[in-house]
Amino acid sequence: MSLDKDQVQQIATLARLKLSEDEYAESVKKLSKIVDFVDHLSAADTAGVIPMAHPLDVAQRLRPDEVTEPNDRDRYQENAASVTDGLYLVPKVIE
Amino acid sequence: MGLHTKTMSELAAGLGSGDFTSVEVTQALLDRIAGHDAKLNALITVTAEAALTAAAQADADRAAGNIGALNGLPIIHKDIFCTRGVKTSCGSKMLDNFVSPYDATVVERMAAAGAVVLGKANMDEFAMGSSNETSFYGPVHNPWDLECSPGGSSGGSAAAVAARFAPAATATDTGGSIRQPAALTGTLGIKPTYGRVSRYGMIAFASSLDQAGVITRSAEDAARLLGVMAGFDERDSTCLDEPVPDYVGELGNSIKGLKVGIVRQHFDEGLDADCGMKVKEAIAVIESLGATAVEVDMPNIDYSVPTYYVVAPAECSSNLSRFDGVRFGHRAENVEDLFDLYCRSRGEGFGDEVKRRIMTGTYVLSAGYYDAYYLKAQQVRHLIADDFKRAFEEVDVIAGPTTPTPAFRLGDKVDDPITMYLNDIYTIGANLGGFPALSVPCGFVNDMPVGLHLVGHHFDESALLRCAHAYEQATDWHTACPEDFK
Repeated sequence: MSLDKDQVQQIATLARLKLSEDEYAESVKKLSKIVDFVDHLSAADTAGVIPMAHPLDVAQRLRPDEVTEPNDRDRYQENAASVTDGLYLVPKVIE
Repeated sequence: MGLHTKTMSELAAGLGSGDFTSVEVTQALLDRIAGHDAKLNALITVTAEAALTAAAQADADRAAGNIGALNGLPIIHKDIFCTRGVKTSCGSKMLDNFVSPYDATVVERMAAAGAVVLGKANMDEFAMGSSNETSFYGPVHNPWDLECSPGGSSGGSAAAVAARFAPAATATDTGGSIRQPAALTGTLGIKPTYGRVSRYGMIAFASSLDQAGVITRSAEDAARLLGVMAGFDERDSTCLDEPVPDYVGELGNSIKGLKVGIVRQHFDEGLDADCGMKVKEAIAVIESLGATAVEVDMPNIDYSVPTYYVVAPAECSSNLSRFDGVRFGHRAENVEDLFDLYCRSRGEGFGDEVKRRIMTGTYVLSAGYYDAYYLKAQQVRHLIADDFKRAFEEVDVIAGPTTPTPAFRLGDKVDDPITMYLNDIYTIGANLGGFPALSVPCGFVNDMPVGLHLVGHHFDESALLRCAHAYEQATDWHTACPEDFK
């Protein structure tokens, strides 16, 4: 199944990716190829097959909800582009 | 013989008998990297000063009788493993400015055992690629032919070990990213069972497939390192609490009576005829050592690649949503609003292949397509895993080619994603089912190395290492060194 530019635009918006015009053209072409390729799966007979949730069929381990990590906020925030008073700064969201 | 030619086990013996110190070994390898890496581009960061400090500490520890399992032994970490205070880029512009505030468990365990980190290896961006050409830092060159790719995504790790920059390097494998570059560079690469090694601090690509392993020049070194890396870690919720055997101790056990499965579909028209010949010769050697080969049927194995290219991008699109330009990573400038900040930071920070996979994943998870793609792929995945499980009722290991061809030229496949994806046709099955797998050098085709692929049952890394070790005792492919890197 081929994808068109509108579909790719919709996907890019969902994925929060800004693409250039060239990237759109290239993506329409290559994503269509990939979708065609994975469409081969439709030939597999999967009636009654349980979707695999874990390679070893084990359930996710849980731990008690306790604080185990020390507060290292300052060190972690050294990697952020913009912080003030321990807060991450982003463009204004609410007017 | 220079110190760079020695395996980890040989270095350990020499350090033990006082023939040389860790500082001497470390300096020799750092000199080698400085002299040769311009040709390969195998490293993103060299941590020379920290390495010499760690080596001096290791020598002091040894003198004081405090000798860890990896005391004074040099290693290179793939730049996907977080290393405290050192840039951890994952091969991406997105993390070009990221200095990790903590160590991955793998890094921490090796350091605690006394290992000396020489630097961080180049890789495909976020481990998405099979040629190392998607790295923000440029492609890695294959030491056997600089015009060729070393494979990927752990191409820097493999090239560095093949070029004798270090006896071993850590690596990660989501669909073949340890084993394919190992095969294409004449090194040994092992991907352990899913959940065997902690993924804490290993930057996530596809969480139900990712696993950490190593690339070395001998099965013995892989056994030594796996013994240090493997084992339960409560900081990784997918890490399994299973006993870790003495991998080195079990290496010497005979492979007499070992049953080796051969998958018919792995030798069909997709395989280069000369590669197929080398692999068949290798299987004959293993039979001559007392193993028996039988054919096993895996009717669903041909669905491996399309299944992978639904599941892995789906998980990647979810995992990489953390890169938002706010808490860490690249942030776009002069943005209009928060939405623009997200879109532009990600648009600028990610390369083409990563964007493609995020979009593929977003598509297969989106409303209206989820059942047809993601759910369907997870069902087919079950069928493929069941093929393996049925086979392992009959055999101990499955043997075949690691790759369909020897190393290809840089630039040859980069424009066609499907051709590139098919490189992993023989390796992906093990990831889908969570099985351990290994590639060991088994000869040359047109002067380029090829690998024998071995897959084992869950938690039976020992059988793979034992088989590879026995094969190495009977052949010398694993000792071959590229002419320009002797």
